[in-house]
Amino acid sequence: MYNFTFHRPTTVRQAAGLLARNPEGKLLAGGHSLIPVMKQRLASPTAIIDLSQVEGMAGVEQKGRSIVIGAMTRHADVANSTVLQQALPGLAAVPGAIGDPQVRNRGTIGGSIANNDPNADYPAACLGLGATIITNKRRIAADDFFTGMFSTALEDGEIITKVSFPIAKKAAYEKFKHPASGFALVGVFVSKRGSDIRVAVTGAGANGVFRVKSFEEALKKRFAAKSLDGLSIPATGMNSDIHASPEYRAHLVSVLARRAVAKATA
Amino acid sequence: MPAVSMTVNGKPVTGDVEARTLLVQFLRENLRLTGTHVGCDTSQCGACVVHVDGIAAKSCTLLALQCEGAKIITIEGLAEPGGALHPMQEAFRENHGLQCGYCTPGMIMAALDIVRRRGNDLDEHTIREQLDGNICRCTGYHNIVKAIAAGAKAMAKGGARQAAE
Repeated sequence: MYNFTFHRPTTVRQAAGLLARNPEGKLLAGGHSLIPVMKQRLASPTAIIDLSQVEGMAGVEQKGRSIVIGAMTRHADVANSTVLQQALPGLAAVPGAIGDPQVRNRGTIGGSIANNDPNADYPAACLGLGATIITNKRRIAADDFFTGMFSTALEDGEIITKVSFPIAKKAAYEKFKHPASGFALVGVFVSKRGSDIRVAVTGAGANGVFRVKSFEEALKKRFAAKSLDGLSIPATGMNSDIHASPEYRAHLVSVLARRAVAKATA
Repeated sequence: MPAVSMTVNGKPVTGDVEARTLLVQFLRENLRLTGTHVGCDTSQCGACVVHVDGIAAKSCTLLALQCEGAKIITIEGLAEPGGALHPMQEAFRENHGLQCGYCTPGMIMAALDIVRRRGNDLDEHTIREQLDGNICRCTGYHNIVKAIAAGAKAMAKGGARQAAE
């Protein structure tokens, strides 16, 4: 790991100021993606701005018909939130599938979303529920936020402070874990909130998380696993690596979508 | 170099470190607490697990400076000053929960975190699932699982102090 200067702001404004003064700097949330890539020298920020001392950035609360999660809320705390388990159990189940217990004790929702790893779980939950990503500057719809592998709509100096999830009546996540890494080989998040039906897929797409409009249309007629019978998606645009071929990933998308709908309607 | 101060096993410590110094390096190289091991150095094996403010974390994936002001407990902080082992350590010895011993400090620190989260009555499935972040290449895990179940029970019986306090 290359060396850097280390900063611990106590307000979002201070953190934004530090980012502006350090254009090659990086925000540090839980650090469980950033520190490993810095060790591999795949990232070499000149400044690290640790958000852990910024007040009011962690916590899960219900606000009207939404669940609002602070960006620095750790995976373990999201998973254990009784408010979330009651209001939106499909989302509460997502962080429990990330990494291992020690990773979940440190990793955060804001860090995961900002990193937008193509195999990460939270991007599927955000897109699959139609979440709003709230930053120090604006509110960004999940549909506009994830712009490609490891890239987002975040601008220079922009800091995620909260994520707001509308409470969907039906929602569930199904993940096919890579047996060694635990990352999603494919993960599918489905939800139904009134006439808004969403099917979001992580792990499979060469450009990161995406929605499957053809599945959503089929589920609009009837939100049941059976509605997806005979439907599949083409292998073009699927990720290809040593773990799985594009065809296999495309196959998993339809299998997991059916399972997720079955789970959401159980 | 930036200065860092924290409490390690109940003792206040300070040191001057490069910003890139990992917590595990600070513990091993500055404080000479070599019970915390580095196995993979890629956040996977769990040999480096310590408690940060009472919660298990992989010390190879934390900067020392992130722990400014924190209370750290390492494997060296578990046994009584007189030498009596912590019930979880004793359970690993009783159940032959180790062979080469390299993963053991991390296993024991992770085991105490399982007790913190899941209580003292742990079934085999829970233990195996919760050991997801700790790798052992000798034992096949069988005796580790037995040791953790026994250690968790012994902690309840003895009213043993929780490691993280």
